Amino acid sequence: MTTMTETKTTQVYQVFIRATPEAIWDAITKPEWTQRYGYRGIAEFDLRPGGSYLARATPEFQAMGMPEVVVTGEVIEADPPRRLVHSWSFNWDELKDEGPTRVTFEITEGDAGVCKLTVTHELENAPLTAAQLAGEIEGAGGGWPFVLSDLKTLLETGESLPG
Amino acid sequence: MTDDDDRIFKALADATRRFLLDRLFVRDGRTLTELESELEMTRFGVMKHLRVLEDAGLVVTRKSGREKLHYLNPVPIRLIHDRWIDKYTERHVSALVDLKTELEGTA
Repeated sequence: MTTMTETKTTQVYQVFIRATPEAIWDAITKPEWTQRYGYRGIAEFDLRPGGSYLARATPEFQAMGMPEVVVTGEVIEADPPRRLVHSWSFNWDELKDEGPTRVTFEITEGDAGVCKLTVTHELENAPLTAAQLAGEIEGAGGGWPFVLSDLKTLLETGESLPG
Repeated sequence: MTDDDDRIFKALADATRRFLLDRLFVRDGRTLTELESELEMTRFGVMKHLRVLEDAGLVVTRKSGREKLHYLNPVPIRLIHDRWIDKYTERHVSALVDLKTELEGTA
């Protein structure tokens, strides 16, 4: 039995958010929202199959040496406000050579105004991207758990975590 | 969200359930049969523990063909972390965690 963390090829994250499906959908797909939580990337989605997706780094991150466009991809499925599937590739350093990976957002409406957001990230042949997204890289932030925690805080309180 | 917090802390207050989370941390996407093989416990007992973890949101399942795969969902633990540890203190905390890891030789 090994104690090393083996590379996970699929990561599944789930969070309950007290917000409407529409609000959660907007927070994932609209740049005015995406720059308010997580890594504050500015997302641009063309929300139809084959449409482009990209995320731009904030000026602060660019000043730290990040490229202007940090993530690129293509929309595979867009069914607002329930389901979004798109491909995902990081656009810097050795991460560039991995992937493309595939991310699925599913929003399910529950009781009492609480929705369940499930993020499934399929990461075949992308061990470095996977480690980054799981928050396992020192100094690279907390990955999806951090992003989703911050998203919940923003939607429920109107404020994001202290950056 | 107090009910949710209660469920999380209750789910974590059991050595078998923490063992299951540790196994899923090493590699998730496992079936009940795989998890059961690592425990001296009946299949039904393991199922019950997984159910508690699932109810607390710490484990998420996903169907793959005829198999039900179990994934560790770290988001609820991250939410607890974010509630009491801010970005400033995080640096000190992680320095102390690193020190403990080094001193205990588990790095």
